[in-house]
Amino acid sequence: MIKQKGMLYDVTMCVGCGACYNACKEQNKLPTTNKDYLKDHLSDKTFTVLEQYGELYSRKNCMHCKEPACVSVCPVGAFKKTELGPVIYDVDKCIGCRYCMQACPHKVPRYEWSSLNPRVRKCVLCYDRLKKGLPTACSEACPSGATMFGDLDDLVVEAKKRLKENPSTYYQSIYGLKDAGGSNILVISPVPFEQLGFTSHLPGEPLPKLTANAMEKIPGVVSVGALCLGGLYWLTKRKNEIAKEERLQKKESINHEK
Amino acid sequence: MKNSILKFTFWKVVAVIIIVAGLYSAFIRFTQGLGASTNLSDAFPWGLWIGFDMLCGVGLAAGGFAICAVTHIFNIEKFKPLARPAILTAFLGYILAVCGLMFDLGRPWAIWHAIIMWNTHSVMFEVAWCVMLYSTVLFLEFFPIVLERFRLFRILKIMKRVAIPVMMLGILLSTLHQSSLGSLYLIMPEKMHPLWYSPLLPVFFYLSAISTGFAMVIFEAFLSARAFNHGLKLNLLSTCSFISFIFIIINFTLKIVYFIMSGKLQYLLVLSPVTYLFYLEILLGTIVPVFFLSSRKFREDRKYLYLSSIFIISGFLLNRINVSITSLAAMSKVSYFPSITEISVTLMLVVIGMWAFKLIIENFPVFSEELENEKPLSVIESISKPLTLSE
Repeated sequence: MIKQKGMLYDVTMCVGCGACYNACKEQNKLPTTNKDYLKDHLSDKTFTVLEQYGELYSRKNCMHCKEPACVSVCPVGAFKKTELGPVIYDVDKCIGCRYCMQACPHKVPRYEWSSLNPRVRKCVLCYDRLKKGLPTACSEACPSGATMFGDLDDLVVEAKKRLKENPSTYYQSIYGLKDAGGSNILVISPVPFEQLGFTSHLPGEPLPKLTANAMEKIPGVVSVGALCLGGLYWLTKRKNEIAKEERLQKKESINHEK
Repeated sequence: MKNSILKFTFWKVVAVIIIVAGLYSAFIRFTQGLGASTNLSDAFPWGLWIGFDMLCGVGLAAGGFAICAVTHIFNIEKFKPLARPAILTAFLGYILAVCGLMFDLGRPWAIWHAIIMWNTHSVMFEVAWCVMLYSTVLFLEFFPIVLERFRLFRILKIMKRVAIPVMMLGILLSTLHQSSLGSLYLIMPEKMHPLWYSPLLPVFFYLSAISTGFAMVIFEAFLSARAFNHGLKLNLLSTCSFISFIFIIINFTLKIVYFIMSGKLQYLLVLSPVTYLFYLEILLGTIVPVFFLSSRKFREDRKYLYLSSIFIISGFLLNRINVSITSLAAMSKVSYFPSITEISVTLMLVVIGMWAFKLIIENFPVFSEELENEKPLSVIESISKPLTLSE
């Protein structure tokens, strides 16, 4: 079985050097968007950012959810959760409805608003590198080990170990373990995650389930609806016919009497 | 008389200005892209074109299936004169919603992908198929009017045979479609303001579409009566308003129960523009119409009937805008107001829709009275028999 890959991002180890940011730009051949990488934000030309919160640095990129909202909402299946873990996008299928952007709980997908042939852009966890057995470009570039690449199962074990061994250092929770059903990117930090700009209070269950709850009622609604409509049609038609016959009979009986 | 000509030319000038502005905006949209033409952004990817053109356009078309259910499933024949205008509105509403979508989609030329690239987990996929299938159904429902106009009775006979299954299919598709527009928003609980997010959104959307569908039937009947000087079937319209009233009550009761059950009543006490918009929506779409329509005297008074239909429709429009724009903007802290381009394209579509409606009722037997005036009785009988499809 193929093991799912992922990344563990440890805020306590990050020195804010921006190596991940630069490696990502280089790997994805993206143009420079801001002289100061700490002031840049996610865009169609920037797939990962470093944000400064006091003395802490927080990395943001696609979380590669286990059950991604973007994959579930795309009407044409342009998004795909690969076996290796990355959530990838196929522009040749995309119709540009932007439901993926609307649905993403982490507000990650970005759009090429100025293009006449626009694409949705986001981190794809260096899918091409992963297929060759290489780690992601950002984790390879990270000098401090704050971004760690590996098998997702191992990363979960590692994150739990760090939390357990240094309870005073870490806020006792792993972001991405359960949030929105869990993701292939995990974050551990000394402070609660909302202080680092992460979306907190996400439901613990995968978001596509919310839609599925409604969608699974469709076959029932259609079949019961069809039966009811058919039945009502037959009933009311019969009623009208009977009423007509009765009227005719009345007329006839009146004629007879005459 | 002089006055009415003046008025007519005034609106004509307005319409021409709107269409020219719309065409210019369309040019900007398709030569410079979405970024230059709209106020949409990564933080706010869906705006007026989805919120108004799609959600409202399709919602206002609900009169088509609502009246069809009354006339052809419940077989209440006296409503038949209302069916054709409602079907026409629905047909135009759907075409315009799709036109709006062509502006909004980033890659509109790829829209056909939905036919062959399936993702059955996606509500948008459901929406796409409902639009395609129901537009076809509406075409089939409207087609007899065209056939009748050109006196193609043989094809009419064939159409009559499939009429009832087509109607039923239309009602089922509308049920799915109206509710699925609400389901689109189910996946973003943390992005929407709690006053509007609800797992019951599909139900709310469906019920409000029905009540607004009937309100639209009333509204159109008044407009066309004024434009074409034919009589109003007031008793039918007041029945329509009563049905609309019942659905408003059901929808509102459900909403209250949901607010109590989910402990959301506290949000009603937060004084902010967002809450006021929620109150305004309830006031326009629920409280005022319920006040008017609960009294039989008002229901049978043409002025209040017309007025309450306008209230229901505006409450409905505000609700869809609130769900799709206000609630999301409130949570994302992004302010969004549609650009001139977005507004003028939308206005252009509305004007084209109204103009097409006018043109079609002038040239096709949409209102059955006209049919009676133009043709001798024997012809009407031979026509009206195979006409069950959308009489």
